[in-house]
Amino acid sequence: MSILIDETTTFIVQGITGREAVNLTRECLDYGRGAQVVGGVTPGRKGRDVHGVPVFDTVDQAVAHHGRPIDGSVVTVPPAFTKDAVFEAIENGVKLVVIVTERIPRRDVAEMVELAALRAGASSAPTAWASSFPTSSRWAASAARPGTPPSPTRAGPSGSSRARAA
Amino acid sequence: MRFFEYEARELVKRAGIPVTDYGFATTAQEAREIAVRIGEPVVIKSQVLTGGRMKAGGVQFADTPDEAAAKAEHVLGLEINGHMPRGVLVDPKARVKQEYYAGVVWDGIRKQPVMLFSDMGGIDIEEVAEAHPDHVGRGHFSNILPLSEHQAKEVIASVGVTGRQLNRLVPILTALARMFVERDMTLAEINPLGELEDGSFVALDAHMDMENEARPRQAAVLDELGVGEEETRQAREATEFELAGEAVDGMDHRGVAGNVTEFDGDLGLVIGAGGGSLTLFDAVRAHGGRPANYCEIGGNPSVRKACGLAKLVLQKPGVDKIAVMMSIVSNTRVDIVARGVIKACLELGYDPAEKISIFRIPGAWEEEGFKILERYGVRYADRSTSLHDAARLAVEGAPA
Repeated sequence: MSILIDETTTFIVQGITGREAVNLTRECLDYGRGAQVVGGVTPGRKGRDVHGVPVFDTVDQAVAHHGRPIDGSVVTVPPAFTKDAVFEAIENGVKLVVIVTERIPRRDVAEMVELAALRAGASSAPTAWASSFPTSSRWAASAARPGTPPSPTRAGPSGSSRARAA
Repeated sequence: MRFFEYEARELVKRAGIPVTDYGFATTAQEAREIAVRIGEPVVIKSQVLTGGRMKAGGVQFADTPDEAAAKAEHVLGLEINGHMPRGVLVDPKARVKQEYYAGVVWDGIRKQPVMLFSDMGGIDIEEVAEAHPDHVGRGHFSNILPLSEHQAKEVIASVGVTGRQLNRLVPILTALARMFVERDMTLAEINPLGELEDGSFVALDAHMDMENEARPRQAAVLDELGVGEEETRQAREATEFELAGEAVDGMDHRGVAGNVTEFDGDLGLVIGAGGGSLTLFDAVRAHGGRPANYCEIGGNPSVRKACGLAKLVLQKPGVDKIAVMMSIVSNTRVDIVARGVIKACLELGYDPAEKISIFRIPGAWEEEGFKILERYGVRYADRSTSLHDAARLAVEGAPA
């Protein structure tokens, strides 16, 4: 799998006001020169911000605010709502979707993959399919950390700059 | 999650596919009453989640209600492959002109369901596919586009079925395919699908498997079928240890710390992350280690769940040490897992440095995690130690 993103990749976080997403957003913004997190989506939370990232009700609003197409989305919504979130991203022109959520029913994942294929150009990396897609942790890490090559030894939210002792 | 035949038949019936006038009984008396209602010779079929019923004597024929009661009594007490039956299905002995096969299975490579049809029913479809490939029709269908009858028609017609049979079979395969999607099935087959003397078709047996992840949204139908939430319906019954693992995972909704499978080794495993569990389990075995269990952690479980899982594994008889290993984590926090497993050792009165043979989880919040591990003298490794090497360290134990 080639490298799909770099430091110029713009992305949103769907479910950005959730506990995991708030941490993830902070990690993304802190990393390297800072990731291009151009917005977040949580229905009903329009007008808030998460570490300075504006929150919208819909992906459409996020795209409108950004003023041009958004490259990617990190989806962190609960399993029952993941399919709709991914559909929303794909139908709003997002080309790369990273799904952090676990335990999504297979049928939903199959629908996402098929819609992505129908809207040629979009691709997604669901956690549930670690065997056929790169693992979510790797993808989430690479998406969350533009500029870091997604190699097994380097990819990861804590990056190489952190102290380590073994 | 597998269904018993009597449940699978109910699902077939609800899909609008004709079934026989069968009944489900848990006592000989109930079986007699169903046989009386049917009023003709019946078949008594053991309801077990295992194959080889016929060979084991779990399928019996009875001409009268008295005989039905006697045969039911026998079948109800008959263990098959270690399974006691849930009950018996009492089925009219249908006069079948020809047996067909209709099925829908999940194709994990194409990531689409595929309809299967054969005019050679009553035997395993795999056997037919092997010996008579021209008698098996196949057709994939979309996960999102509407399923149309012509798709089923093409599959059935491809094996040479035509005329009235074709037109009667199309709605059946179509209904089965729609039910497969609607009910989150991974397998739905009617075998045999019988053509009766009068030209009508009826489902004579059914096998269904539902995807576990879909159980919450299928709760209503599962409840109506009488499937308990506690029933795992796996190939074998869950052990006490595994059930305790489920309970740990169910303590709260944060992340995953469970999916425990019991093995008879001595090395306790607390493992996970994006395929890491399987990789690590295999690596431990490759280094000659004997795992006491398999499990999965991911999605940032709470300290409580990580602690509960570690405690469970530590308390398993025969377990000397645990190895805590994951691939590089992004959303699961290293410090939370570290805190959980150390807490487990302390609460059980163990020295974490003694009980944790290796802690190898690099990734999110590793700095904080490693600090905690250092404080308790636990041997740990960062991402410069591969999963393979971590497994070797776990098997070899602490250096002298």
